[in-house]
Amino acid sequence: MSPVTFYLLSSVGIFVVCLYGLIVHAHLIRKILALNMMGSAVFLLLTGVARRGELTDPVPHAMVLTGIVVAVSATAFALAVARRLYEECGRAYLPEEDPEDLSEEREG
Amino acid sequence: MASVLGWASAALVLVGAFFFLAGTVGLLRFPDVYNRLHALTKADNVGLGFVVLGLILQAGSLLSAFKILLIWLLVLASGATAAHLVATAALRGGIKPWKHR
Amino acid sequence: MLSLFFDAVLALALPLLAWRVLTTRDLYRAVILFIAFGLLVALSWARLDAPDIALAEAAIGAGLTGALFLNTVGGLVGRKRSPSRESDESREVAERREAIQSSPGEPVDEVMRPWWVRLALTVPILALGLALGWAVVSFPEPAIDLAQQASDNLEASGVDHGVTAVLLNFRSYDTLLEIGVLLLAVVAVWSLDLGRVRGGQAALSKGLPVLHGLVRLLTPIMIIVGGYLLWAGAKQPGGAFQAGAVLGALGVLLVLSGLVRPPLSDGSGLRIGLAVGFAVFLGIGTAVMLATGELLNYPPASTYGLIIIIELFLTVSIALTLAALFVTAPPRKEQGSKEHSEEKGEES
Repeated sequence: MSPVTFYLLSSVGIFVVCLYGLIVHAHLIRKILALNMMGSAVFLLLTGVARRGELTDPVPHAMVLTGIVVAVSATAFALAVARRLYEECGRAYLPEEDPEDLSEEREG
Repeated sequence: MASVLGWASAALVLVGAFFFLAGTVGLLRFPDVYNRLHALTKADNVGLGFVVLGLILQAGSLLSAFKILLIWLLVLASGATAAHLVATAALRGGIKPWKHR
Repeated sequence: MLSLFFDAVLALALPLLAWRVLTTRDLYRAVILFIAFGLLVALSWARLDAPDIALAEAAIGAGLTGALFLNTVGGLVGRKRSPSRESDESREVAERREAIQSSPGEPVDEVMRPWWVRLALTVPILALGLALGWAVVSFPEPAIDLAQQASDNLEASGVDHGVTAVLLNFRSYDTLLEIGVLLLAVVAVWSLDLGRVRGGQAALSKGLPVLHGLVRLLTPIMIIVGGYLLWAGAKQPGGAFQAGAVLGALGVLLVLSGLVRPPLSDGSGLRIGLAVGFAVFLGIGTAVMLATGELLNYPPASTYGLIIIIELFLTVSIALTLAALFVTAPPRKEQGSKEHSEEKGEES
């Protein structure tokens, strides 16, 4: 196994863990963290793919570079929306994932 | 000659790594924020110093050596400031220094 | 052998760290772990021969995104806990090193889906993981060797560095639209009408001289580094994105330390700065249609000059955008314009 394969598998691991966390957690900060790390996982995959050939492929690198900047602006927007929601409702949860409803069903 | 340099820099980097390890243990084991800051900043600054020394031996050119040294100086300045800010903020936040009982 | 071991440990650490980020009770702690995650990702990119994106990730992915998260978490707990905003902000800064012991009122999140949902989820998630893992291990050989094509045509691109050539010549459409997205993000954040973030001034009044000293020391260094990265991008790792990231981080530092006021008053300068990258890029992209008849198809003689001009303005816009996304509030017209000109001078 080459080191590149490690990183490719690692990116799959991050992606899956974060997908699970995105669905399971209700707090919006947690969801945004999960989404951001899912983005990082995809970037890691692209970088690993770029490294497979003899030459390092600059095209995925450029895509990741723009992707990082777009990811930070999307994250900033999501965080701003979460803060605005908190100012309006006093909660950082989506309406259908109200913590009171969920905590009743949660195991001890 | 080259191998002597190699062994010297390996030894220096290992010493640096030991300081990092000690600082990390302190960060995890010490009782309050002030003690932890003490462990973290002091040990890490010295540890990074050793790592930097070890790498300078491998730098090859004076310019790269200077750049590596610059990294250390910048980390020293920012680490000291960050520690100072954390300690000040902790004091203002009303956290009492830990006392042995 | 040793490096293979290092790669394996790093590759294993990343998903574990992601798991810790999502399961840690305290949200501040989660954000600190997230920053560590970002730095490790940057390290793995350095290992994968991608210094360009490692630079950008360390500055943007770990640094700026981490600051954004810390800021928001501070905003979420702040109001609920106490009327005095001072103590909140001091806490926010203090938590930055995760040094303070748990105290009541910390931003704790334990709300999860009920256990049967989690149990039911593990099956499809595991299946997805296995399928994706199998897919990446058995990747087919690429049908088109883009790396070869890019390196064959590097000479025609006007620059000597592959990533810069792709960003500003071969795939300049992407970059143009990406700058548009950045501009849109700032407009969207401004439209939410949030209260603006306050610098650490009030909280740090005792430690402020030290912080100011550091910022005064770092400001010229970061400007030099940003300029160097921009210039170096033509032939080695670096370019507008990395330079913009460093200068944007400088902007955040200046705002946080209170040396530059967040409102960045007299908004027209800031607004122009935010838009100028997109405008110049689009302007040059359409102007070259007169010469070559195609959008963004630069005439060969002037390619290098045009790319450098575009990159220069891109850097200004990216830096200002990142700083503006951190401040979140639009500038107000009525305040004096002194601080702003200071900020502008340092950014450009």
